[in-house]
Amino acid sequence: MHPAPSIIAFSTFSGLGLGLLFWLGVDTTAPTGWVAFAFFAIGYILAVGGLISSTFHLGRPERALKAFTQWQTSWLSREAWCAVGALVTMGLYAFLLVFFDTQVLVLGWIGAVFCLLTVYTTSMIYAQLKTVPRWNTVLTSALFLAISIAGGALLSGRVTIALVLLVIAGGLQFVWWKTGDMRFKESGTDMNTATGLGSIGDVRAFEPPHTGTNYLLNEMVYTVGRRHAEKLRLIAIGLMLVLPVLLLLLPFPHIFGLLALVSHVAGVLVSRWLFFAEAEHVVGLYYGMR
Amino acid sequence: MTLLPEKTDRKMGLVIDLDTCVGCHACVISCKGWNTENYGAPLSDQDPYGADPSGTFLNRIHSYEVQPESGPAQLIHFPKSCLHCEDAPCVTVCPTGASYKRVEDGIVLVNEKDCIGCGLCAWACPYGARELDQAEGVMKKCTLCVDRIYNENLPAEDRVPACVRTCPSNARHFGDLGDPDSAVSQLVAERGGMDLMPEQGTKPVNKYLPPRSKDTLNTGPSEEIDILAPLLAPIAKEPKGFLGWLDKTLEKI
Repeated sequence: MHPAPSIIAFSTFSGLGLGLLFWLGVDTTAPTGWVAFAFFAIGYILAVGGLISSTFHLGRPERALKAFTQWQTSWLSREAWCAVGALVTMGLYAFLLVFFDTQVLVLGWIGAVFCLLTVYTTSMIYAQLKTVPRWNTVLTSALFLAISIAGGALLSGRVTIALVLLVIAGGLQFVWWKTGDMRFKESGTDMNTATGLGSIGDVRAFEPPHTGTNYLLNEMVYTVGRRHAEKLRLIAIGLMLVLPVLLLLLPFPHIFGLLALVSHVAGVLVSRWLFFAEAEHVVGLYYGMR
Repeated sequence: MTLLPEKTDRKMGLVIDLDTCVGCHACVISCKGWNTENYGAPLSDQDPYGADPSGTFLNRIHSYEVQPESGPAQLIHFPKSCLHCEDAPCVTVCPTGASYKRVEDGIVLVNEKDCIGCGLCAWACPYGARELDQAEGVMKKCTLCVDRIYNENLPAEDRVPACVRTCPSNARHFGDLGDPDSAVSQLVAERGGMDLMPEQGTKPVNKYLPPRSKDTLNTGPSEEIDILAPLLAPIAKEPKGFLGWLDKTLEKI
């Protein structure tokens, strides 16, 4: 699949921002006043910035509001609703904390649930697709949620929780990659089912429909950079898991906390790039490119 | 509305005969011609006369080489367009309700005024039947020529999809696949019509007729029958007279 920068940035930064808002929501001793303002501002800039960047890949962004209508069947529509739910609830919660030093715990909990639901609905946009076997698993949702709350814990300075969650997220990432490498084969979709010609003999793509490229090939049969996938996986896991954990274990976590965060985010960006670049859509079979 | 109808009154669709398709691409051209001039946004081309041409097509013809265990490879031309699936995954993923499946005839359509061009429906389709038009930013797909098949301004014989009307080898058939007595359903039953990627669970309406098995003349030495052989046997085995002398003399040199 084509790794669109707008989608990679959206899912990484909104996931991080929503993870931070989640922790602020469940914190029984949440910050108040200007400290709270700073935390919530960071959370909102990341979450809203990510959501806005996701509209850049639309062909007709001016109609984006129509995406709220089909929540009954569409995960993309549900994501829109959950995002609004999270931002509105957390906004009210933050307003009371910042300006009135009042914490309404219930509001925080509801907001936190909406934050997690938003990340979950984002993950389901990908996990629901049978056409991309690598994504079509509950592990995709687990991975998105783990990365989001691990990043949020890191960003909100929860060192111990962050350490545990980083290891869980890194482990899930490893399992997701390893099982993902086999999922296309296991899906049962191959050249024979695609063409129905397997009963005659070995099927080989002879000529594509046109000599040039097309939308399908650019969008869903992306192959550039796959040969570096193994190296990029090492870089991703090193930056998102190993380096942050080492930095957090050093005696001065406050100094290295920022470095750990920067490293983690860079690692997640690489992992998200791979998430798209390595994903194989079954339509590639028709072009003999699987 | 992206909820799929529980049942459609009819299942209009295509039956494509892989045995008779000659891969001429006439259906590709007629499809592009009709659909760029009529319903919805035109099918744009990018850099059509330049170094890197591409464009939107609702119907594309692949060609596959199939190598049986013995005998020569077979070349099979493979037209592919929207299969108007009963369980269309492209419809349910649409966030705006632009994609829908009609209750009256099962045709899957896009209301282009509601399409935000997110591309998720193209991701959800295993067949590559949907293409985002790069000029309009909206999703394009086969409409089964919905503006032809019910169009009373056209002569009756033209009220079929453009691809079916134009096919010179009669490899494309149009009809109601929900009616077991229709000509297309009979054809599917008779020829063992098949679904593409049945494991994807899309329940495609369009069916593909597999190529008929090839005849097996001259496959082995024992079965070799050459009906022309007796006629082509040399009449004079040894030359006589002047030619015989010439032949012998030349051999000696």
